[in-house]
Amino acid sequence: MIEVISSDRCIRCDICERICPAFVFDRDESGLPVIARQDDCQTCFLCEIYCPTDALYVAEQAHQPIGITETEVDQRGLFGVYARSLGWSRGRAGGAQNDPTRHIRVAQV
Amino acid sequence: MEADVLVVGGGPAAAWAALSAAEAGARVVLADKGYHGTSGATAPSNTGTWCVPPGEGRTASVEQRFKRTAGLADRRWMLRCADRAYENLQKLVEWGYPFPTEEDGSLYIANLRGPDYMRFIRQRVQKAGVTILDHHPVLELLGADNEIAGAAGLVRRTGSSFRVTARAVVLATGGCAFFERILGGTGLTGDGYLFAAEAGAALSGMEFTGKYTLAPHGSSLNKGLPFRWATFYREDGEVLRDSNGEPVTNGIGGGERQVAKALLSGPVFARLDHAEPAMQDWLQRGQPNCFQPYERMGINPFNDLFRVELKYEGTVRGTGGIRIVSSDCATGVPGLYVAGDAASRENVTGGVSGGGAINASWAIASGWWAGHGAAQHARRRQGRHFKQLQALGTTGLNGTAEREVDLSEAAQVVHDEIAPLEKSYWRSGDTLEASRVQLEKLWAGLNAAPSSKGIARLRSREVAAVTATARWTVAAALLRTESRGVHRRKDFPEERAAETSRIIVSGLDQVTAVREQLALDAMQEA
Repeated sequence: MIEVISSDRCIRCDICERICPAFVFDRDESGLPVIARQDDCQTCFLCEIYCPTDALYVAEQAHQPIGITETEVDQRGLFGVYARSLGWSRGRAGGAQNDPTRHIRVAQV
Repeated sequence: MEADVLVVGGGPAAAWAALSAAEAGARVVLADKGYHGTSGATAPSNTGTWCVPPGEGRTASVEQRFKRTAGLADRRWMLRCADRAYENLQKLVEWGYPFPTEEDGSLYIANLRGPDYMRFIRQRVQKAGVTILDHHPVLELLGADNEIAGAAGLVRRTGSSFRVTARAVVLATGGCAFFERILGGTGLTGDGYLFAAEAGAALSGMEFTGKYTLAPHGSSLNKGLPFRWATFYREDGEVLRDSNGEPVTNGIGGGERQVAKALLSGPVFARLDHAEPAMQDWLQRGQPNCFQPYERMGINPFNDLFRVELKYEGTVRGTGGIRIVSSDCATGVPGLYVAGDAASRENVTGGVSGGGAINASWAIASGWWAGHGAAQHARRRQGRHFKQLQALGTTGLNGTAEREVDLSEAAQVVHDEIAPLEKSYWRSGDTLEASRVQLEKLWAGLNAAPSSKGIARLRSREVAAVTATARWTVAAALLRTESRGVHRRKDFPEERAAETSRIIVSGLDQVTAVREQLALDAMQEA
């Protein structure tokens, strides 16, 4: 579930708060998102790819937080990892035209 | 707020319904519990479509698929679903959706990448002039003169109420994930089933809900495709073997049942060791969502063993839902239409899962038909003014007693009566009856609880909807005394020709299940 919001990376836009399908975020007085309803997070990773500055990190465990820190996410190069593999960049969609899934579907039969 | 057509939901079926109704000239409002573009099971996924070009091959494709539907699909619906989905995929091409290109230069349109697809279609919905209400969960339908006249709900930001009066409503609220933590499943609480039942509609196919998919343990990633190339192991690295002594492989084929069995007696591990280097590359680039857990855990699933589980998927990948009574996806309640996973998908997938391809095409096609049907209905009702609007919501909204119900506890109870393998992968008369008793008790408690206020109304209604859905599921599963499709009874392991009929369930405080064939025969005699 959602665990890290990097206040250094965050530019205080309202995108994550607006696009989260489970309505997990609020914002504080400074405009920084806060994880207000963490247990509602559905671990879909979509806030990460909509974020224009790769400031969010969703851990892989869906039932409870694992307590990962911003430093560890940063050191392991995990900020923006899903966006990069999709071909999304700075919150903008991209890369669908390069999806090789058709090869998988042919081979799966 | 006023509209001709109100679409409730925010996944692909809702989008196609809104586009279709707008094309037919209706003023459309789309009210989504989440954000239209990220909510639902499609947005975080990468989904194939059932994509069959016109021509002679199409009939053959329907015949081939029909053989796998446990005898309960309808060839006419399958054919028209293939046709409508194909037409609308061509619309995506026209609109410029970035499909990949085949080696021969043609576009490959049989696959849609969820985040891109849903973001793209939101823009089309906006362009069509549809008013989108994000984070506006509907809580109940409104009726007038025995017709549907709109819906009421709450604004998540404030907890205040909103109301949309409309001459027709399309329910595209998705399936029910029974609070299982699957990808895109948080909002999938069967809300539309409850709304429809409160308005007098029936459901069908609710016993075809014994559907599970493999996932890395503890994750949300119920996506089976990479497990096509898996071998399964015990924790000590000992390979799992079937009764013939063969290693258990292919977790989306024959291996699934073996893994399910093995999970009853201890943890099961997997490794994607049948994927050749080229396949490894395609999987990683083509299914990047599936690899998020591995990336984040720091493991290589092609080399390392990792623990797996089977995630319960209810009617998201199961096939039950609101019963459709006509070609335009009407429900039998005047002004109420249904699309996508909110509807029963038996017409196109019978008693087996339509997971992935079929369901994606069904969402496109049924959304399109329901949007059109609703727009036509609204046109016939033009100029009509509803004098007295009646709120149709019941459980969770109008309780009178003082006895509080702990909703988290209630959610846990209903999940635990449905989701475990020993409850829904293998059913039996005894466990179903025990569940029925538990769920009746829970339902009575929810009915008696004091009505919630403000934002808390959402959770009350979600728990009520999931509990109602569980009760319909159990009633249908009890009546079907055979094994067929994704309904497996330990006490009735064989398929029985005499039970080749759908099962219709209905009712709130009093749930009834009847065989469709018997009901039709009785109607004919009368």
